[in-house]
Amino acid sequence: MIENLFFMNGYGLYVWSAFSFTLVSFLTLFLVIKIQYKKEKNKFIAKFGSLNSERAAFAKSQSINKEILSNTSNI
Amino acid sequence: MFKYFEPNKIFSITSKAPKYVLFLFIVILSIGLTEALILSPEDYKQSHSVRIMYVHVPAAWISLGIFSAITFLSIVGYIFKIRNFFLIAKSLAPSGLVFNIIALVTGSIWGKPTWGTWWAWDARITSMLILALFYIMYLVAWRIFEDNDKVFKVTSIITILGIINVPIIKYSVDWWNTLHQPASINIFSKSSIHISMLFPLMTMTAAFALFSLLIFLMKYNTELIKIKNKGLDRL
Repeated sequence: MIENLFFMNGYGLYVWSAFSFTLVSFLTLFLVIKIQYKKEKNKFIAKFGSLNSERAAFAKSQSINKEILSNTSNI
Repeated sequence: MFKYFEPNKIFSITSKAPKYVLFLFIVILSIGLTEALILSPEDYKQSHSVRIMYVHVPAAWISLGIFSAITFLSIVGYIFKIRNFFLIAKSLAPSGLVFNIIALVTGSIWGKPTWGTWWAWDARITSMLILALFYIMYLVAWRIFEDNDKVFKVTSIITILGIINVPIIKYSVDWWNTLHQPASINIFSKSSIHISMLFPLMTMTAAFALFSLLIFLMKYNTELIKIKNKGLDRL
């Protein structure tokens, strides 16, 4: 059964390369977008940290800024 | 009604959703892969090479669906001046392009054992390649133009021109004599595909749709934070 799963009557190379290409594309896209997200988030946190207390209080009054700072999700 | 699409209102949802979508995607993909690679039967003509259909067809469907959605959002966004629609459209584009490339590459891999060639300038394949070029033009336009009004206008024009190609892709197999087989699944009439193959196909389509949703959410959140970064610069 395992042999049949790999070789698939001689079509295994085609089938596995199609599925592998798809999964590698998924993984690459996911990692690229994740890196972009982390980069922007770190930039935001650094910029927020450099604000003086008055400006930081004003920026924090916006709900979306609070959400970005509080969101600890790794994705 | 459009006030519900304001970034401030939806960020709290879009920032929390990816982890749940990722979990669901992994579950559905695992089921889909098991069905597609192990449980589904081989085809009486194409043998096991038919399994490529389970990645090729959903990828093609989703890339077409995403381009249609991008066009709709760009047109409505331009008419009603809703900036957030452009942001949603921009966030959908990367996964649309990747699905388009997957459809082209897996189609090429499928073509070799089925037609005896990796590539043919056939109407369906060529029109899918043209769609990929429109996706690239759309994404490049976002990188080139800094001015918002200009980028909204240019990307809307690109999508309007590109959407003309979508019905051509759909009906190319009926209008021209092509190597590519006609559609096996019809919404309005009886499909020629057996349930044992239809079920894995639909499961893989659901998994791919979840993946595009995941990428969209992550990209949309990134774009929102990018805007907020610019806002902090102005403080």
